[in-house]
Amino acid sequence: MTEMVYGSMPVRAGEPVLSRWWRTIDKWSLTAILVLFGVGILLGLAASVPLATRNGLDPFYYVQRQAVFGGLAIAAMLGTSMLSPDMVRRLGVVGFVLSFFALILLPVFGTDFGKGAVRWFSFGFASFQPSEFLKPGFVIVTAWLMASAQELNGPPGKTISFCITLTVVGFLATQPDFGQSMLVIFGWSVIYFVAGAPMVLILGFAGLVAGGGFLAYGASEHFARRIDGFLSPDVDPRSQLGYATNAIQEGGFFGVGVGEGQVKWTLPDAHTDFIIAVAAEEYGLILVLCILGLYGTVVVRSMFRLMKERDPFVRLAGAGLACIFGVQAMINMGVAVRLLPAKGMTLPFVSYGGSSVIAAGITVGMLLALTRTRPQGQMGDILFRRGR
Amino acid sequence: MTRTPLRPLARILSARAAGENPDVIERENLRARHEVIREKSRNRAEGRLLFMGLAFFMAFTVIGARMGLLAASEPMEPRSAAPGATIVAQRGDITDRNGRVLATNLVTHALYAQPKDMVDPGKVARELAAIFPDLKEDDLKRRLTDGRSFMWIKKKLSPEQMQKVHEIGDPGLLFGPREMRLYPNGRLAAHVLGGASFGAEGVHSAEVIGTAGIEKFMDDRLRDPAKAAEPLQLSIDLTVQATVTEVLDAGMKMMNAKGAAAILMDVHTGEVISLVSLPDFDPNDRPAPLLEGDPGDSPLFNRAVQGVYELGSTFKIFAVAQALDLGLVNPDTMVDADAPMVWGKYRIKEFKNHNYGPLLSVTDVIAKSSNVGTARIALMIGGLRQQAFLKSLGIFEATPVELVEARGARPLVPAKWPDIVTITASYGHGVSASPLHLAAAYAAIANGGTAVKPTLLHHTTPVVGTRLMQEKVAHQAVLMMREVVTRGTASYANIPGYAIAGKTGTADKPKPGGGYYKDKVVNTFASTFPAHDPKYVLIVTLDEPVDTSSSEPRRTAGYTVVPVAAEAVRRTAPLLGLRPEIEVPGQNALTAVVQKKN
Repeated sequence: MTEMVYGSMPVRAGEPVLSRWWRTIDKWSLTAILVLFGVGILLGLAASVPLATRNGLDPFYYVQRQAVFGGLAIAAMLGTSMLSPDMVRRLGVVGFVLSFFALILLPVFGTDFGKGAVRWFSFGFASFQPSEFLKPGFVIVTAWLMASAQELNGPPGKTISFCITLTVVGFLATQPDFGQSMLVIFGWSVIYFVAGAPMVLILGFAGLVAGGGFLAYGASEHFARRIDGFLSPDVDPRSQLGYATNAIQEGGFFGVGVGEGQVKWTLPDAHTDFIIAVAAEEYGLILVLCILGLYGTVVVRSMFRLMKERDPFVRLAGAGLACIFGVQAMINMGVAVRLLPAKGMTLPFVSYGGSSVIAAGITVGMLLALTRTRPQGQMGDILFRRGR
Repeated sequence: MTRTPLRPLARILSARAAGENPDVIERENLRARHEVIREKSRNRAEGRLLFMGLAFFMAFTVIGARMGLLAASEPMEPRSAAPGATIVAQRGDITDRNGRVLATNLVTHALYAQPKDMVDPGKVARELAAIFPDLKEDDLKRRLTDGRSFMWIKKKLSPEQMQKVHEIGDPGLLFGPREMRLYPNGRLAAHVLGGASFGAEGVHSAEVIGTAGIEKFMDDRLRDPAKAAEPLQLSIDLTVQATVTEVLDAGMKMMNAKGAAAILMDVHTGEVISLVSLPDFDPNDRPAPLLEGDPGDSPLFNRAVQGVYELGSTFKIFAVAQALDLGLVNPDTMVDADAPMVWGKYRIKEFKNHNYGPLLSVTDVIAKSSNVGTARIALMIGGLRQQAFLKSLGIFEATPVELVEARGARPLVPAKWPDIVTITASYGHGVSASPLHLAAAYAAIANGGTAVKPTLLHHTTPVVGTRLMQEKVAHQAVLMMREVVTRGTASYANIPGYAIAGKTGTADKPKPGGGYYKDKVVNTFASTFPAHDPKYVLIVTLDEPVDTSSSEPRRTAGYTVVPVAAEAVRRTAPLLGLRPEIEVPGQNALTAVVQKKN
C-alpha cells in the first residue's frame, strides 16, 4: 500500500534482470547510439589514415584502437544502463569526487602533449582526461542537489551546486579548457532551468547577454571584427573552416565516394573536430543527415520520456545528461557549417578519442538507465485522486 | 534558524488536548503539501522539457538545412575564373600638372593552379618554366604534387604569357582577373610615384595599395571610391621632369658622380615642378630594398627628399639675408674676413687656405664665398636669432611634402648651439638638411621673403606664406647671388638668355665613424631664375663628383654641378614659358643712337 502511494518501484519477484532491462530500456535511443558508434568506425577508416601515415604507423592503427576503446565504451554503457536510479546517483557522486581530485592533481602530474593546455594524465598506452569523466558525475551531483532542494526543509541545493560549478569551472579555466567550462556551465543552467528557474531571472539573463553583446560589439573593435568575420559570407579558403566548407560543397548530396575525399589530408583535426566534414565529403549529405537524425533521436526521445517522469532527481539528471550530450554534437556540427564561431569540440562516439569514448559511454549509459520505463504512480492517481 | 509553525494548528491543538500524538497529523500535512509542490514542479518541468526537446530539434534541423544548402551550392574555388566578372577601377589615376598620365590601372590576369584538377603536373611544370624563366621546374613540380589544392603561380601576366599558358591546355591552370598599377612613363618620376603592390588577394580581384612615395602617402585618397573617377593631379610637369632627368643623368656620368638629385620649384606656390633622384628605378618593377650595405646606395633612396647632407656654402645666403633684414649690415658694409680666423681652439679657414681679407664687402663675402666673412656676420646675429631664422625657413623640421619618405628625413641639427655652431652653421657645416629643405628656403628668399611650403600637388590658386624678411632684403640677397654667377664661384652658370642667380656649396662627406673624407664631397648649386624677377628655384646636388677634364681632379661645385645646373636651366626655362632675354649684339655708335631714339 505504502509503495503504491509513494509510487516506488513495484517488486516483481522473479523477473530476470536482463529481461526487465530489455523491456524497460529506450530501444530507439540504444539503437541510435550503437549505429553512431558504427558510423564512427566507418569514418575512422577514412579520417584517421592520414594521421597514422603522418605518425608512421599502420594505416588502420587508430581504427583498431577506436574499436577496442569503443568496445569498452559499449560495455560500460550497457553495464551502467542496467543500474537503478539510486545506483546511478551513487556511481555519479563517487565518479564526480574521484575525477574532481584527478582534476585538482592535473597541474602536478598532468601532461599537455605539447598542445599548451594541461588536460591529460598519460599512461603510456592511453591517456586519461579527467574533465570528460567529470561531466556526467557533475550532472548527477547537481541534479541530486537541485532535486533535494525541492523537498520541504531540504538543503540549499541551488547555492551548493552553484558553488561547485564555480569551483569546477575555475579549475577547468586554469588548464585552460574553455570548451569544457562552457559545457559544465551549460549543464548546470539546463538543470536549474528544468528545476524551475524563475522566468524573470531567465529573461533578465537573456537580456543581459544580448545587451552585453551589443555593447561589446560597439565598444571593442577586436570583438566587432571577430563577429563581422564570422558573419561575413566569405571564408578564407585556406583556413580550416574554409577547407571544411569546401569539403561539404564538394561532397554534395551523395558524396565523392568512399576513400576519394581530399579534406582529410589537409585538415589536421579531420579525425576529431572536423570529422563531419570528412563524412560530408565522402558520403554526402545523406550520411550527415543520418548522423543528425541519430543525435536528434537520442536527445529528443530522452526529453519526451523524461516529461512523464515523476522523480525529480531522475528528471533533472536525465535532462542534464541528454543536453550535454546533444549540445556537444550540436556545437561540433554547427562550427563545421559556420553557424557557430570556431570552437574545438568532439563529436561524441563518432570522433576518434581514447578514454573520452568510454566517458561518453558512461554518460549515455546513465542516460539510458534514467530514461527506462518505470511505473509513475498512475495507479495511485486512479485510486486516490479521482475526486480532485 | 527560522521557526516553522505547527500546521495545521487547529487540528494539532485539538489533538494535543485529546492526548493524541500531533506528529502524525503534522507528517500527514507535510506529505500532502509535498505532493502539491511536486505536482507543480512536475507540470512546470514538463513544459520546460518539451521546450528543450523542441529547441534541440530545431537546432539540429537548422544545422541539417544549412548542411543541405552548403551541399547544394558549388565549391568556392571557381572552376573557371568567371570571364564576365567585372572589376571596378578601385584606384584613382595620377596625372601631371597638365593632365598627362603618370599612373593608371591596367586589367591583367594572375595565374593560379588547382593541382587536384591537373592532368600532368610534370608537363605543366616544364612548360611553365619555359614561359617564365624565373620559375624553377623542379621547385614547381614539387609544389604542384605535394597535395595542396591551391597555389598562386604568377601575380601578373602579359597577354603573350597568358596566351602561352592557355596553350599548355591544362585544366588545373586558371586565371584570375587583376587590376594592376601601370606607370606608363617607366622610370620617370619614379621617386615621386613610389610604387604599388597587391594587398589582400582573392581569385576574383585584388586590392592595390601604395608601397612608397605619393602612392602610399595618398593611399586613402586614391582608394576612395568617391574620388576614383577624379585623377590626382600632381605639380610635376612631365616634360620638364624628363628634361631635368636627361640633363642630370648626363651630368652625373660626366662628373663621375655616384648619385645626383635635382629639384625645380615654383617660388610662389611651393609646387615642385620636377623632382629627380639618380640612380632611379622602374616603379612597374620595384627592386627589393637592400638588405646589407648603406640603404642610401639603393636606387630606391630618394636623394632629393631623404638624402640629408651638409649642404655647405649654400647656407651663407641665409646668414647674410638675416643680417640685412636685422639692419646689421648693408650690401656694401665691409666686414672682417681675415683668414684664418681663430675661435677658441678652432681655426676657420677659407677654401684652399686663401685669404680674401682683411676686409670684404658683404656682397663679396657671398660672391667669393668667404667662410670667415660669413662667420663674422653670423656672430653679429648671434646663435639664438640664427636658430629662429633657420627654423622659420623650415630647415629644422621634416618637410611637409606629400611623400611618405619625407616624414623620416629629419634634418640633423646639433642639440646645443654654442658660438662655434653658430659659425659653422652659417656656412652650412654641422647642420644637415635635404635638397628639398634647401629648395623651400631658397624659394622663400626668391619670392620676396615669404615662407614656402613644398608640395607635390597642383595648386591653381597662389599661396601666400608668412613673411620672413623684408621684400627689399630678399631682393638684395638675390642680386648678391646674381653676382656669384657674373663674377664669383658660379661663372659657368652665366648663360646667354637667362639670368641665373645662385650660390654654390661644396661640403666634405662625413665618414661613418666621425671626421670627414678628404676626397669625397657633396656639391650643390642652389639657384633661382630669372634673377630680376625670380619664378623658379633649381637645386642640383651631385654626390661624390669629380671633374677629371683638367690635369688635377677638381671637386668644387663651380666645376661640377654648376655647368649641369646651367644646362638644366637653359633647356627647361623655355619649357616653363620664360622668354630668353636677347642681348643686344655689340654696342656701336649706330645702335646706341637707335636705342636712344626708342
